[in-house]
Amino acid sequence: MEVNERDPVTGRETTGHEWNGIKELDTPVPRGVLLFLIITHIWAIAWWFFAPTWPLGTTYTKGLLGFDQKQIVEEQIVDSQSERAAWTSRIESERYDAILADEGLMKIVRSTGRQLFGDNCAACHGSDGRGRANYPDLTDDDWLWGGGPELIEQTMRVGINTQHPDSRIAQMPSFGRDGMLERDQVRSVAAYVYSLTNPDYSTPETLKRITSGQEVFATTCAACHGEDAKGNRDVGAPNLTDAYWVYGGDMQTIITSVHSGRQGHMPTWDERLTGAEIRMLSLYVHDLGTRQP
Amino acid sequence: MIGQLTSGERQSAVVILLIVAMVGLSMAALGRTDPLGVHGVIVMLFSGGLLYVVLSSFYAPAPTEEREASYYDDPIKIGIVLSMGWAVFGMLMGVWVASQLAWPDLAFDAAWSSFGRLRPTHTTGVIFGFGGNALIATSFHVVQRTSRARLAGQLSPWFVLFGFNLFCILAVTGYFMGITQSKEYAEPEWYADLWLVVVWVTYFILYIRTIARRKEPHIYVANWYFMAFILVVAILHIVNNLTLPVSWGHAKSYTVWPGVQDAMVQWWYGHNAVAFFLTAGFLGMLYYYLPVRAQRPIFSYRLSILSFWGITFFYMWAGSHHLHYTALPHWVQTLGMTFSVMLLVPSWASAGNALLTLNGAWHKVRDDATLRFMMVAAVFYGLSTFEGSFMAIRPVNSLSHYTDWTVGHVHAGALGWVALITFGSFYTLVPALWKREAMYSARLIEVHFWLALAGTLIYVFAMWNSGIIQGLMWRTYTEEGTLAYSFVDSLVAMYPYYIARAFGGLLFLIGAVVCCYNIWMTVRAKPVTSSRSGDVPVVSVASVAGE
Repeated sequence: MEVNERDPVTGRETTGHEWNGIKELDTPVPRGVLLFLIITHIWAIAWWFFAPTWPLGTTYTKGLLGFDQKQIVEEQIVDSQSERAAWTSRIESERYDAILADEGLMKIVRSTGRQLFGDNCAACHGSDGRGRANYPDLTDDDWLWGGGPELIEQTMRVGINTQHPDSRIAQMPSFGRDGMLERDQVRSVAAYVYSLTNPDYSTPETLKRITSGQEVFATTCAACHGEDAKGNRDVGAPNLTDAYWVYGGDMQTIITSVHSGRQGHMPTWDERLTGAEIRMLSLYVHDLGTRQP
Repeated sequence: MIGQLTSGERQSAVVILLIVAMVGLSMAALGRTDPLGVHGVIVMLFSGGLLYVVLSSFYAPAPTEEREASYYDDPIKIGIVLSMGWAVFGMLMGVWVASQLAWPDLAFDAAWSSFGRLRPTHTTGVIFGFGGNALIATSFHVVQRTSRARLAGQLSPWFVLFGFNLFCILAVTGYFMGITQSKEYAEPEWYADLWLVVVWVTYFILYIRTIARRKEPHIYVANWYFMAFILVVAILHIVNNLTLPVSWGHAKSYTVWPGVQDAMVQWWYGHNAVAFFLTAGFLGMLYYYLPVRAQRPIFSYRLSILSFWGITFFYMWAGSHHLHYTALPHWVQTLGMTFSVMLLVPSWASAGNALLTLNGAWHKVRDDATLRFMMVAAVFYGLSTFEGSFMAIRPVNSLSHYTDWTVGHVHAGALGWVALITFGSFYTLVPALWKREAMYSARLIEVHFWLALAGTLIYVFAMWNSGIIQGLMWRTYTEEGTLAYSFVDSLVAMYPYYIARAFGGLLFLIGAVVCCYNIWMTVRAKPVTSSRSGDVPVVSVASVAGE
């Protein structure tokens, strides 16, 4: 038998093969490797005994512990629901003013509501509820459809301009684009609306335009926004005399609103959230406004 | 390039390119305004460009009879250049998408540059572009040297190399246009997949035929791994991409696998793409370039056998650990989990075999950044295979799944293992291939090493932190039994880690650019003829042994 070369560093024999200068030593597999190999296999095989593992045609080995992930998760859901039921049932059934007066319940509303708001509302209204362009600020006291937990709950349930049968409908028509108002009338009425919140805008030069705008407003806009332009919460028409604007209160944005109309959309949450969650969020949103002056 | 082909082979090349161009023309005609039409035009341009190269040297002098007495290195050289080109592109895309996560405005409000489209250009660019070309190039080199045989085809190596790159180009341009099968790491649509099957089968036949021509009695370990890589990737690719196109004129197709079976096939593919593309192939690299560079024999032949068969057998079962706690039946999850844990020891045996091979050469690891690249790669291989088996355990997975921990794990493997072993191999291979004494600058290799290592560590630590924080935030409950944090809260918490991750990636990218410069300057340097004269297949065993 041919005696193989011995490696001077390790004292091991080579296998006698060589490829382009590469040789291999004939070192046996270290004991630790074999031991570790056995341990991992024992661990794995133990799992096969305890948990569902091997397919058997139309069924599978159920394992000695007899558990299954679907059953486990169902049990966990039932457990956590019954654990929370103590306070969710109260939020679901008690009157809003009673809950508002209960410091303990309101503490839960503030912590759980914050997470619910973050996952469901923050994408549009912002994590702090302050909104941004096109999405109303929920922390102020200016409400399109009315504040207070009852009205907020209603808005959440049916949404605005949704497929829900009782959806709140808010359609600001496209007066300019659809030819209901002349180009000049659009500009005049915008000037009038702008002057409501910007008294400085009213100068002798602009007065004529503002006055003609006021006439257009009376015949065209007042039906929804009111004679005094203070809005109407029954139809979601915003107050045009205060400092709060959903789409923006600068002249150009007002012209755009009158010309192209506005049909803002708020989803209905009736199907997505539970009754307790909706009521909790209504309280949370209401609370945002009262906590932040 | 063309000089090594006989006139008959040049004619064959022209015919093949004309056929490919015709296919491109049909795609353009059938696809019209569909993205398929755009891809038809790209196929025509690609084959037209290569046709120009062939025809412009068509009447160059034919190779001499001695061609068979030398190794076929031209495709390897081009493969290395393509690989580095893709590396810079893919890593640049990676830095961009990483930055988008920290600063979403970097998508610039355009469809093509949105995260969902750029992300696969990054993964395809680095895995298939950089990794795939590196594997093709090094496998061509290793199989010839360890078999002492020239590649078994003259045209087929080029077909494999350029065919594969055409696939990569179709993939990446498709993502920009919004084409995707929505299968991770298998995004390209049916026509690109069919093309890759043709290319890959050619690759396999070429490899097997070269091995069959070997003048060594035994097949070296590296070739086992390269063969496993080529064979299994073919199987995975075909099974996962069985789809029905909407029509011959549409890029869109629908998979034949329904529901959860589709998910299972996808992750059987996905995990074995990691196993056989990103592990087996690169272990082939490790098994050749590490002992060559260290000038040491492999620590244990027996350990090589144990780890090879362990890896090839156990990996095949492990894919379902990507679907823990999903609609996948519980028993499939247990199987995947247990096989993932049994996979650990064979994986560590490979890493250990590599590190123990360095016994007697640790002073070289200290002094030689090239060898250090490969040493650190083996360490990261060991780390990420341990992490992988650990994360495959269901309760651990319930914390890590869907978090950045997974991303960190993948990059410990992709940056720390795959990319570092490739750079180490290239720094060994480039001077040998271009017949230079050494790389242009050892100092730049050192710079690259530290950039790559720092980049990897910053990246991986950022993602570990971010992933575990995410996982914990998603499962933290209040006293009342409700979730304590919203998803947005966890996103806000990720912000600093996303910046750190982009920075780590940037360091890694700069390292790759330094590598490109170093390779370029090495190629431009003057060749030396003396030291590498024995590098031919017909050399006697005695003279190689004396090296």
